[in-house]
Amino acid sequence: MARVEEAGDRDENKEEETSWWSPEAVEGGRGGEGPSGGSRGGGGGGGDGDGGRPDTQPQPPPPPPYSDQVLENVLENVLQFLVCRRDRNAASLVCRSWYRSEAQTRRELFVGNCYAVSPARALRRFCGARALVLKGRPRFADFNLFPLGWGARFSPWISAMASASPWLERVCLKRMTVSDADLAFLARSFPSFCDLTLICCDGFGTPGLAVIAELCRNLRVLDLIENDVEDEDEEVVDWISRFPETTTSLESLSFECVNCPVNFSALEALVARSPSLRRLRVNQNVSLGQLRRLMVRAPHLTHLGTGSFRSGIDEDLNATDLEQAFLASKSLICLSGFREVAPEYLLAVLPVCANLVSLNLSYAVITAEQLKPVMLECHNLRTFWVLDTVGDEGLRTVAKACKNLHELRVFPFEATEDSEGSVSDAGLVAISNGCRKLRSILFFCQRMTNAAVVTMSKNCPDLVVFRLCIMGRHRPDHVTGESMDEGFGAIVMNCKKLTRLAVSGLLTDKVFEYIATYGKLVRTLSVAFAGNTDLSLKYVLEGCHRLQKLEIRDSPFGDAGLLSGIHHYYNMRFLWMSSCKLSLNGCKEVAQRMPNLVVEVIGDRPKDLDSDTVEKLYLYRSLEGPRDDAPPFVSIL
Amino acid sequence: MEGEDVKNGGHGCPRLLDLIPNERVVQDGGGGRRRTFRRLDASEEMKLELRLGLPGGDLEEEESSALSLGFISKASRTSIRVFGAVESTNEGFQHQETGFFKLQSRAGTEKEHKTTWAYGEFEQQQSLEKEKADGTAGPSTSTQTRAAAVPVVGWPPIRSFRKNLATNSTKQTVEPETRSIVEEVKLENNKGLLVKINMDGIPIGRKVDLKAYDSYEKLSNAVEDLFLGLFEAQKDISANAIQKDEEAKRAFTGLMDGSGDYTLVYEDNHGHRMLVGDVPWEMFVSTVKRLRVLKSSHLSSLRFGSVCRKRTVTEC
Repeated sequence: MARVEEAGDRDENKEEETSWWSPEAVEGGRGGEGPSGGSRGGGGGGGDGDGGRPDTQPQPPPPPPYSDQVLENVLENVLQFLVCRRDRNAASLVCRSWYRSEAQTRRELFVGNCYAVSPARALRRFCGARALVLKGRPRFADFNLFPLGWGARFSPWISAMASASPWLERVCLKRMTVSDADLAFLARSFPSFCDLTLICCDGFGTPGLAVIAELCRNLRVLDLIENDVEDEDEEVVDWISRFPETTTSLESLSFECVNCPVNFSALEALVARSPSLRRLRVNQNVSLGQLRRLMVRAPHLTHLGTGSFRSGIDEDLNATDLEQAFLASKSLICLSGFREVAPEYLLAVLPVCANLVSLNLSYAVITAEQLKPVMLECHNLRTFWVLDTVGDEGLRTVAKACKNLHELRVFPFEATEDSEGSVSDAGLVAISNGCRKLRSILFFCQRMTNAAVVTMSKNCPDLVVFRLCIMGRHRPDHVTGESMDEGFGAIVMNCKKLTRLAVSGLLTDKVFEYIATYGKLVRTLSVAFAGNTDLSLKYVLEGCHRLQKLEIRDSPFGDAGLLSGIHHYYNMRFLWMSSCKLSLNGCKEVAQRMPNLVVEVIGDRPKDLDSDTVEKLYLYRSLEGPRDDAPPFVSIL
Repeated sequence: MEGEDVKNGGHGCPRLLDLIPNERVVQDGGGGRRRTFRRLDASEEMKLELRLGLPGGDLEEEESSALSLGFISKASRTSIRVFGAVESTNEGFQHQETGFFKLQSRAGTEKEHKTTWAYGEFEQQQSLEKEKADGTAGPSTSTQTRAAAVPVVGWPPIRSFRKNLATNSTKQTVEPETRSIVEEVKLENNKGLLVKINMDGIPIGRKVDLKAYDSYEKLSNAVEDLFLGLFEAQKDISANAIQKDEEAKRAFTGLMDGSGDYTLVYEDNHGHRMLVGDVPWEMFVSTVKRLRVLKSSHLSSLRFGSVCRKRTVTEC
């Protein structure tokens, strides 16, 4: 269950930096440092890939070349050990010399918003980059809130990369549009390319995968996670067969999201000639019997995505044989798949449960009774994803068995507002009582109480991510009938490490006051159908100094609220507001007052853009100004 | 005593029943107000009104607190879909406004009828009681738009491939316990139906929600809405505006009957490509998987039912 996580952003460091760094202090000290020095030189660099202050220092006189050269060599040798981008951002601000050395030694280029900086500018600075990690659309795009074709294309990046350096080895993209042509270009242009991870992307299909398989001879990782792989039925290509006939260097192959059937014998042969393969996640067209055969070929797997977990038609699968396969897979630590699980075979996984660190049953329609025997063996589980069909009873079992659980996600079987909902506040309380080390929770339900949320806030003080989705809109505490303000308030008060919060249910301005007062570390906030007035937005924008990503929908916030954040928008990655009460004038004012912000008004149809109310607003900082690839239904103010 | 209990006499027409779930205690704000239920007769079987008033049928009341209640009688537990809401008169709460409600036509069965509150209404009830207690009757901070009964795009925030779990599960044999969960759900899983639609010559595809339309004509208009802007953007910049407009208009007329420059086709669940408009609308909606707007001149070169059009990467 890989995902591009937010380790943090440049501006995490901003507060620490500005206290000791200022352009004036650094400016005058240039020149004359000896090899034993290492004192700060002149003129710190400003901008970086995420978009920061532009470099405005005048050029100092050139220093004596010899001492400088030694210094830079030393620096480069040291800096190559710095991996974390926040550390590197800090190092680049020390002085020009450090800036240059850091730029030359940065191997992974992370751009959190692909429109914040142009490919050319980023690659000019980081000419030694071997890995590109890019994020395109924000998360609300997953829920059909962005019209198709909005943007975030990979093409300009891969073209720029080809001109900059042929040494590209790794690409990781999230929520971008990647075409088959892009994939082909990638495969042809970079001989060392070996690692492709695509998460929640779209625009490509099996033809693109075929070219990657065929031409990337050193391919180690091909991870396709939750992408929208589009293939018209008659165009499906047998991409699995395109891998070279020789032994491959494949370490990881994940294609759960590729919906078309695969050539199984080709897949089996591929696995057989991939001795380094440790992670294999197949799609739901692979039957249980076929899975068993794959497992026999690859007994050293650490991560397994089991596909359908149901025997195929005419397949006579002996449960004991399956269990043998699991017994032999002694290295398994991560299990997922179970797309059409046949519960009678579920117990076959028992042999590996004790070693499991991560288990994803979020597609498995099973009951609490079916879950229990498996769960009770999973003592070491850190990450668990499950469907709410297991009910509160199932959650109680989880709480009993998984004392070291760090991350829990409970997905709804029936994702509608008026579904019955099988989990509730009772399940949440049970989890909080049993899993005290919980750090991250995503919980979909229909019934919740403040008391339960407060209990969780006290039992699980290590929570970093708290996302509660009460599916019925505006639902109050189902016992007291009050709003859910107090529950979420308790979370921000008691969970002092909280950086990500998603709220739901009936909420007034009060909850935002709590968040602003106590949620000082919150970086990502997700709001839907909440709040009463602009005060809510004002509280948050004025109080949450670390806020970077704010996504709001269907809440009664207007221009006044929007304008109250003007002082903060340059510190944020983006703001999304849809179906609120914004007007075109308000958005235009923001655009006028903040030249380095790109303010996009998005309509479903071009004529929507003429109206005075703004249905969808997406704004983000950028070094490049308005983008030139905006489709007709986007208006950049 | 909260309200009248009107039991179903087995008439076959919908009746108002006890609308308070037994386990809930409604806060009586102190006004001692009761709810009055008006009996339904045959002519009103499609509509139900719930008003707050004194016992005995006195109906003078703040107009703004009128509750419109959709009544659903049902055979199974989960097929309730009651969307009632009220105009907000209280700043402290948000409500949805609606004049719309659904009536499931399973009324008339002899089975036990049961209604449950939609939480929207329950919360409204709460706030109304509170309102009476507080005596607030400020100006309405009107909240969401109408049509609260219609599912909202992108809510709950679940990705589409997770949303299909309920329907997909029914296709296989499932264990009896899970089967019951799944079957109840299957009947109700007819929320928005998003299908992709592409147009020849336009690189950007769109998505259209077929549940939002009930006729081919409306679909045709929607297609024009979706692609007009993109179509115009593709045209030569040097062409003057009027010319572009005309061309664009021409492109989208006659989508269904083959008379226009472009024709709407679709791909059904067997992978066959068909002309849109041949089958009844409901049948179309249940079998369509994908839509395309093809140049009419390309139609004759296609063999329907076995289209082979290879996507090539050789041009890159």
